[in-house]
Amino acid sequence: MSDPMDPMAEIRASFFIECEELLEALQDGLNQLEDGGEDTETINVVFRAVHSIKGGAGAFGLEALVRFAHRYETVLDEVRSNRLVPDHEALKLFFQAADHLSDLVRACRDDQPLPEETSAALLDELDKLLGDQTEEEVQPQDFTPLGVSLDLPGLSDLDDAADGSDPIPCWTIHFKPAFELYETGNEPQMLLRNLCALGEAEVSCDIGELPGLLDLKPETPHLAWTIRLTADVDEAEIRAVFEFVEGLCRLDITRDADPAAAPEAAAPAPMPDAAAEPGDPRPATPSPAPEAAPKAGSAGNSSKSVVRVDLERIERLVNLVGELVINQAMLSQSLESAGLSPHSDAMNGLEEFQRLTRDIQDSVMMIRAQPVKSLFQRMSRIVREASAAVGKEVRLITDGENTEVDKTVIERLADPLTHMIRNAVDHGLETAEARKASGKTEEGHVRLTAAHRSGRVVIEVADDGGGIDRQKVLETAVRKGLVPSDAVLSDTEIDNLLFLPGFSTAGKVSNLSGRGVGMDVVKTAIQQLGGRISIASERHRGTTFTISLPLTLAVLDGMVVDVAGETLVLPLNVVVETLSLSSEDVQMLRPGANVVRVRGGFVPIYDLGAMLGYRPVRTDFTGCIVLLISLDDGHRAALVIDGIQDQRQVVIKGLDDSFYRAPGIAAATILGDGQIALILDPADIIAGNGPIRVPDRSLKEKRADHG
Amino acid sequence: MNLTVLAVDDSRTMRDMIRLALVQAGFTVHVAEDGINGLEVLEGLEPDAIITDINMPRMDGFGFIDAVRAQDDHRATPILVLTTESAPELKMRARNAGATGWIVKPFDPIKLVKALQMVAG
Repeated sequence: MSDPMDPMAEIRASFFIECEELLEALQDGLNQLEDGGEDTETINVVFRAVHSIKGGAGAFGLEALVRFAHRYETVLDEVRSNRLVPDHEALKLFFQAADHLSDLVRACRDDQPLPEETSAALLDELDKLLGDQTEEEVQPQDFTPLGVSLDLPGLSDLDDAADGSDPIPCWTIHFKPAFELYETGNEPQMLLRNLCALGEAEVSCDIGELPGLLDLKPETPHLAWTIRLTADVDEAEIRAVFEFVEGLCRLDITRDADPAAAPEAAAPAPMPDAAAEPGDPRPATPSPAPEAAPKAGSAGNSSKSVVRVDLERIERLVNLVGELVINQAMLSQSLESAGLSPHSDAMNGLEEFQRLTRDIQDSVMMIRAQPVKSLFQRMSRIVREASAAVGKEVRLITDGENTEVDKTVIERLADPLTHMIRNAVDHGLETAEARKASGKTEEGHVRLTAAHRSGRVVIEVADDGGGIDRQKVLETAVRKGLVPSDAVLSDTEIDNLLFLPGFSTAGKVSNLSGRGVGMDVVKTAIQQLGGRISIASERHRGTTFTISLPLTLAVLDGMVVDVAGETLVLPLNVVVETLSLSSEDVQMLRPGANVVRVRGGFVPIYDLGAMLGYRPVRTDFTGCIVLLISLDDGHRAALVIDGIQDQRQVVIKGLDDSFYRAPGIAAATILGDGQIALILDPADIIAGNGPIRVPDRSLKEKRADHG
Repeated sequence: MNLTVLAVDDSRTMRDMIRLALVQAGFTVHVAEDGINGLEVLEGLEPDAIITDINMPRMDGFGFIDAVRAQDDHRATPILVLTTESAPELKMRARNAGATGWIVKPFDPIKLVKALQMVAG
């Protein structure tokens, strides 16, 4: 099965990929049904998805899957033909069945033990929907069009005849086609030929009913045939030849009583007579033709034709393209230092080269990009399961499912997102009674959205629950010794306490989200992806967690800057503008806390050199260059640097594997001249070094978190 | 014998399997993913036989057979219907639509080839 050369293994693998698509369509369809989609096509799509999974599963002998899909399909067919109107409960069951179907598909794919118990339970539920109708088990039915044995009929028959032990039966078959036989594209010649293949046959055409030429109506059948067949077959096998035309012809099959007739007919076969014109009897089994037919070009019509590629190969390609980018940068640097004219052929060629490199890079990144839809669908399942576990009615609303994100990011987001969704259902949303009491709908809402925003992917998990009880959070933190009891914290700072290791607000640990994994694990996971997470919460209105991630883990448009003799890279997308400071621009709030006036507003100044420990704090900013940056959360900051070198694409080289996670440092890169430069994470730097904020102990706690 | 076959099925797996089975038998295979697409592919093609699924988006198998039979060139082209159900009423419905015969899924490649040879030589 794992033989890569085995075409069936290939198809099997592609079947499971198709299953994923079908399951996705199934989910979508069910969601539409739930939203009250009246469209009849929706239920058809749902039905077809299950139907196709069943069909493929049958082909691969996945019986458990066939069994479940069949019953599910039967119920859906009832809905499709308007014999069953699914209520809320039925839809819930359909969702569960869809979830289970995907479990089964995955279990079959990975050769894992099948969840039989759930199958049985769900099948029972499905049966209840069907009411009293008894459903026969599907047997993978064999199609037996021909009972042809693989022996050459002539030879073995003759042998048998010679033995004389068991005379070969002799049959007489009368066959008169009706009009419909021709209408359905059946052809007596073919049937006669197939019959001849069973054994020795003598065919005679009865033209008795054939009218004169004048009266002949070309489309009215007049011919009939009588076939004397000597073959070691039973009547069923002969009938099987006529399976497709049963009811479309008159067919009498009689077994000749007189075995003496056999030798006669078995004599060196007179070819069936010309009326039947069967041509040469072909071998009963097709000989595999070596001249394999050219494949159909029409497959190209398919809008979604797919190639499966080993992920490792893509990784390799991504790495190679990364090297290419570095190489290209080195080349342009050396050409520049060679003092070539910008209009020289070499420089023009280089420009073209640069553009191509960028295109290749984008294309390669696109290979890895996937819509977050699959991830979101997994989350809708989490919501269903979580809400059932805590007994709340919860509705998941998703938006931006087609937002594309790097495949690795999607995979590594699944766990943190699952945790956040569970939290939202378990802790975020109130109980139905509490919701009712505060004038909300009994059904809670969790909103999951994805969008591209300024070169990053922003994913939000929002609930319309009670919001964070900051009083309680603070008390818990104090009790656990995470903050001193006299700490005065802002709302945001209290919210951020949730991310501290060892923090858990749940008064009682439910069996759902209280699994010893806190939001700190979520935060770490997000940070490892180069992302950030933030909280916004409003009492009685709900809580929103916002995750912001880089689009890709491989390249970055960066601004290369000098700080205290070091070369650093800042993500270009955060840089809004660059300013050169004059003395009146800068205002000191207090020692160490300065702001710069930009277009009538004040922006806090961060001295990068000092913050990174390259040099002592500056007191005079006159003449300094600052980068004005804007963060996802709308905060703006002015970073003081010494000079700007360049804007260019840099290949991200992770540091986490070799070093610990340094606050403010996202990764490193290799520049065109072979020099290594650190890539900064501005938001992290600012979060960790707030000169404007009150420097109390809670801040140190947060810094410890980053370290 | 080299038969040219048009196979219409909305499931990629099924199309792949049909193609594999028939190409191994030396047939020329054209595929389409639903009835409408099937009619498009049929244009300019003279298949010896057509295989079609029943449940398909846009145009189902019954509609497809109707449309094929309505073309003078294909009044007598053998059409086999792929069906998971062996229920007699479905076979009858397919036949009334003009299908020549049927193949019950999951099919055995050898039997599929044999069935095609039975109806198309």
